[in-house]
Amino acid sequence: MKCGVGIDLGSTTTKAVLLDEHGEIVGQGITNSRSNYEVACAVAREEALTAARLSLLARALEQLPGEQRTRTAALAAALPEAFRFELYLDQLADLEGELRACVGQVKPDSLRHALEPALDEVIERMSRTAASLFDGSVARRSDFFRDLAGAAFMAAAEAVCAGGAVPFERLAGLFDRAVLDVETTMTRKPFDHVLRRAIARVTSQDAVAAPDAAGVVDLVLAAAAGTAIDEVAFVGTGYGRQTLPFPKECVRSEILCHGRGAHAAFPGTRTVLDIGGQDTKAIQVDESGVVTSFQMNDRCAAGCGRYLGYIADELGLGLHELGPLAMRAHRVIRVNSTCTVFAGAELRERLALGQRREDILAGLHRAMMLRAMSLLARSGGVHDQFTFTGGVCKNEMATKVLHDLVAEHYSPGTRVNIHPDSIYMGARGAALFALDDYRAGRGGAPAWREY
Amino acid sequence: MSTPAAAAAGAKDESQIRQKRMIGEHFERLARARHDGRKVVYTFVPGNLTELIASFGMLSVLPEINALQSGMRGRSAAYIAEAEKSGHSEDVCTYVKCDIGMLRSGNIGPTGTKLPEPDLLLLSYTGCFTFMKWFELLREQYRCPVAMLHVPYQPDGVITPSMRAYVVDQLKNEVIPAMERVSGRRLDLDELTAQLARSAAAEDDLVAVWESARHRPSPIDGYFGGVYYVGPIFSAFRGSEEAVAYYRELRREVDARMAAGKGPATPDGTLAEERYRLVVEGPPNWTSFNDFWRMFTREGAVAVASTYTRVGGLYDTGFRHDASHPFETLADYCLGCYTNLGLPARVALLERYIREYHADGFIINSVKSCNSFSAGQLLMLRELERRTGRPGGFIESDLVDPRYFGKANIENRIQSYLQMVDARRHGGYA
Ligand code: SF4
Repeated sequence: MKCGVGIDLGSTTTKAVLLDEHGEIVGQGITNSRSNYEVACAVAREEALTAARLSLLARALEQLPGEQRTRTAALAAALPEAFRFELYLDQLADLEGELRACVGQVKPDSLRHALEPALDEVIERMSRTAASLFDGSVARRSDFFRDLAGAAFMAAAEAVCAGGAVPFERLAGLFDRAVLDVETTMTRKPFDHVLRRAIARVTSQDAVAAPDAAGVVDLVLAAAAGTAIDEVAFVGTGYGRQTLPFPKECVRSEILCHGRGAHAAFPGTRTVLDIGGQDTKAIQVDESGVVTSFQMNDRCAAGCGRYLGYIADELGLGLHELGPLAMRAHRVIRVNSTCTVFAGAELRERLALGQRREDILAGLHRAMMLRAMSLLARSGGVHDQFTFTGGVCKNEMATKVLHDLVAEHYSPGTRVNIHPDSIYMGARGAALFALDDYRAGRGGAPAWREY
Repeated sequence: MSTPAAAAAGAKDESQIRQKRMIGEHFERLARARHDGRKVVYTFVPGNLTELIASFGMLSVLPEINALQSGMRGRSAAYIAEAEKSGHSEDVCTYVKCDIGMLRSGNIGPTGTKLPEPDLLLLSYTGCFTFMKWFELLREQYRCPVAMLHVPYQPDGVITPSMRAYVVDQLKNEVIPAMERVSGRRLDLDELTAQLARSAAAEDDLVAVWESARHRPSPIDGYFGGVYYVGPIFSAFRGSEEAVAYYRELRREVDARMAAGKGPATPDGTLAEERYRLVVEGPPNWTSFNDFWRMFTREGAVAVASTYTRVGGLYDTGFRHDASHPFETLADYCLGCYTNLGLPARVALLERYIREYHADGFIINSVKSCNSFSAGQLLMLRELERRTGRPGGFIESDLVDPRYFGKANIENRIQSYLQMVDARRHGGYA
């Protein structure tokens, strides 16, 4: 299948979206940008390709004649999670290798000798609990390997260190170093290889093992053979777009990409607000999604996603915990500055004054969104429909405040759209531009490096 | 504005070499001023009375130009820090802080020679309140006389007879007597009118250079290149023989470029392809001047007209120095400064540029230092978009404070803007 590829290299995460020739999404991938943009880009693309092939496989199985469809249904349903599990196991194996390499370098020897058996036990526990992340028994809070493996590692390490034989920090330090290497090296197995393992795993389970298992597997493999993807055009965008291995004509402004992506998701969109890690953009688009005006924050990062990151660090919380906590506020404390650098000081000062954490957080969210409102006003206001995108739209307090402010300052009837996949809007817009280029016979080929 | 030595690289035109020489000679004259017994007047670019100063045989120093040159030579950060150390807040115009910092660091001018102290501070344009405060600070430092010309604002873009009379009265009764006292000479009307006649000749040629940008491709860049072209006429040279010769030569070069179908000279040679024609409002950033310029040239964007190059005279709206009415013409010049116009007049001027120079759109560079320029720019943007149907872009930086030039941010906005112009030019997406 011919696909247009869009890659959004953000300051925090890198996203890739594959669209078929009709502009329909066939695959999406996301990874932490970390320090190596090129790898992040390759990983996100690989993930999107894998997701695309899985979704093409699902489509193909869906289209099988009635009887064959019934026979493959159970396998088809279990396959995506099984596939993800296999990928996770591969990365876990990489992690294990890195962890052993790291522990091998620990000095003095006495410490290393204490750490080695502890690490063995941690790794053993992690493999034992891995399956629970993919069998539906535990809700996954993230799909990033770092987050999943990190949580599993820390839980295991805490248990292992409880006896006091080795210090927890030393084990945790090993993880931080090792995971970085896993993230910055791409050692993916070929799709078919992983698929066969996933099929084998599913069919070995009683519930799915069919009387003619072999026949079912053949059907699935035959369908998978038709899932090859031909990436016909690429467009890159985002904060790090200049570092992509793309020729200049394959790089587009994120303002145009976000505007177009949001418009594709909600064709009634006229105003877009995107709050990312490094910047905030207020964008106006016309009926076909073309940007007519925009404003973005200046070099000051006040009020961007990074701001919430600092606040979360300061409170020792995860980013995703801020919104729910702020929602428990009794009142909204008035905060004037949204300076990112001084966010921590502001917070400590208010805590010292005896103000409640929840109330301060509510105030910080409001201050941040007021800044966004000012950008929106400068870009030409909020017009129906209004689409909110970027990492911050996952924060329920931020969206609540935004709803209130829009109703207050503009028309209360304004429709506010937030897409569950809103983080992919920039990459989606980029992929639409890639398709344009393909149809027009433009564009160039990226100089991918092999990993 | 003006003429940082050899900044516009590429092949040097004769006019550029000439300009560089003129500047060098001027700073040498300044360095010898005490020795030669010549008096020195510090004054500002908008509404500068260069012909009058020269007619008394006095030399001009333009602190704004020194500040912008410090910016271009990478000195401004240290000067600003110096000024902030002595108590000037972050919000003060950075031209002022840069100048104060330079003064406190030995007052060495852009060509490396020491600047003489002023014998007179001549404030001939009061449209910017900062100017008054600036000279107040310099007066503290130098304890020299100040002559001030109060210039009424043009809210409707019209100079009324009473405004003119009011300024002429001040010229005759305050400014000229002050200059006579400082120079020890009487006003020489013949010399003044000769200067004014030469100004008009240079202005004619400058307007022809500006208007060459109506041609496709434009042979000049009317903003980045434009600030070099206005150097002599903005500063100490208007009314001189040298200025007349410079503009004659410049015009000849530009005509030749146009005849050859060549694009503008840029830091990286002649621009190969003109992809976007833009009008620019607001002063440039000086600390990253060439980087800023390249953000345009790399995309094939040419500034066909700009308002910043008009702060030293709106010659293309018909004004010329008129030797037959010396006082009235000086009054009109001071009153006609671009930032002395109300917003409707500024919008009308930009609209005219967008239409007459066949621009694809316009960009506003809003600098945090300059309220005269920046106040109301977003209103102007919306109004211009409404009137012309052409898109406006908005970027933010500063004159000479490098801390306010966010390279990635500005480049991002410019690229986004140009891609938006493209998308709209092609009537939307496929
Ligand atoms: S210190 Fe704060 S206000 Fe200043 S630029 Fe940084 S984030 Fe912005």
